[in-house]
Amino acid sequence: MTDLGATFNAAWRLLAGPDPALAGIVGLSLQTSLLAVLLAAIPGLPLGAWLAVHRFPGRGAVVAFANAMMGLPPVVAGLVLYLLLSRSGPLGGFGLLFTPGALVLAQAVLVAPILVALSRQALEALWEEYEEQLRSFGAGPGRAVRTLLWEGRFALMTVLLAGFGRAAAEVGAVMIVGGNIEGYTRTMTTAIALETSKGDLPLALALGGVLLAVVMLVNGLAQVLRGAAQQGR
Amino acid sequence: MAYALPLRLNGLRFAIGSTEIIRGITLELREGAPSLLVGPNGAGKSVLLRLLHGLLAPSGGTVEWAGPAARPPGLAPRDAMVFQRPVLLRRSVLGNTTYPLRLLGHGRAEARLRAEAALERVGLGRLLHRPARLLSGGEQQRLALARAWALAPEVLFLDEPTAALDPAATRSVEAIVVAIAESGTKVVMTTHDLAQARRLGGEVLFLHHGRVVERAEAEAFFAGPRTEEAAAFLRGELFW
Repeated sequence: MTDLGATFNAAWRLLAGPDPALAGIVGLSLQTSLLAVLLAAIPGLPLGAWLAVHRFPGRGAVVAFANAMMGLPPVVAGLVLYLLLSRSGPLGGFGLLFTPGALVLAQAVLVAPILVALSRQALEALWEEYEEQLRSFGAGPGRAVRTLLWEGRFALMTVLLAGFGRAAAEVGAVMIVGGNIEGYTRTMTTAIALETSKGDLPLALALGGVLLAVVMLVNGLAQVLRGAAQQGR
Repeated sequence: MAYALPLRLNGLRFAIGSTEIIRGITLELREGAPSLLVGPNGAGKSVLLRLLHGLLAPSGGTVEWAGPAARPPGLAPRDAMVFQRPVLLRRSVLGNTTYPLRLLGHGRAEARLRAEAALERVGLGRLLHRPARLLSGGEQQRLALARAWALAPEVLFLDEPTAALDPAATRSVEAIVVAIAESGTKVVMTTHDLAQARRLGGEVLFLHHGRVVERAEAEAFFAGPRTEEAAAFLRGELFW
């Protein structure tokens, strides 16, 4: 019991006082997660909007595939990326393996299907409402996609936040392609896994607290945005 | 001036599966006073408007714009439509009105000028920057009308624009419809409100079971319908 209390105390001291190691890990996690979401959003959101607007043969299969990819096991994604990025792999020449770039790439691969599937879902509902009116205005497919992306901006913000949550909480793929190198590719999640197995519970707990706070903050923001969207602004 | 008008319908049909909704309509719509499509619910009025506007493809027959030009000069469209439930973008009142103008190719400044003028005409000149979705039902429909009016189309299709409105809002929408017609746009409007059809005048096309059963000047139609169905409808005894 006293052990547990001491652990919490130590974790609290880490969080309260400036701890460069902790700050570095948190900073890297947030940075790579943010970049990964941006990287995934550039093709992901337009693709989701495009799927919401277009009817074509095989569309059902594409949507089902995007939905299935949301459940892509991270370690499998990590393994595949590892093979691609390793020195003898087809992308080995970029030298990305065990760098922060590989972290971003792995997170983006896991986040992209979420962005595609969720934005498709959100924008399809909007398209049902807008379709006749936009066709009446003479808006072509390209314009319709752009208009939907803007009209669905609040819904899409919550989609992006969901993607960020997934990226920040990711362990398996990031562990494999990043290598959990201290001060270089060690993120909150991989640090927690490592420190727990080493028995350094205060650091693991402190990082766990930060991660939890980040996730809660993200969800709170999503809630606020949903409120704004319902107000119809 | 007629450009794309007259609009010729020849044996126009529309069916969903085996359900026939429009069962062969042949007629010509010309420039001039509003044409009012009246008839009971389910007569096919809204579907007919969508066929004319090009939102639905006919199952048979043709819709032909038979006039000397494809559309009016400048950037004015051939036809525009206002729906029963206004579909407003999640933008300001002004942003909603400039959107289709920009789509037609008007420059930013020109679109804004036209939008402001149209909004002023429907009494929304003081609400330019209000989020459109926060307007009342009547204001939303007036915005939808201004948005279409700003385009200066040759023909404006209106699908029951007052169906969901209270009497005061209905009056103001009717006044706008009259002003649009007077500005030179041909109004083609559906309504099941007989008093409204009488107030707006023009000609009446009485639809029943997907056919135009009777067509007459409004005054003559209400004074003495020639067909039994129209007479029953006017007495409030026509049931689907």
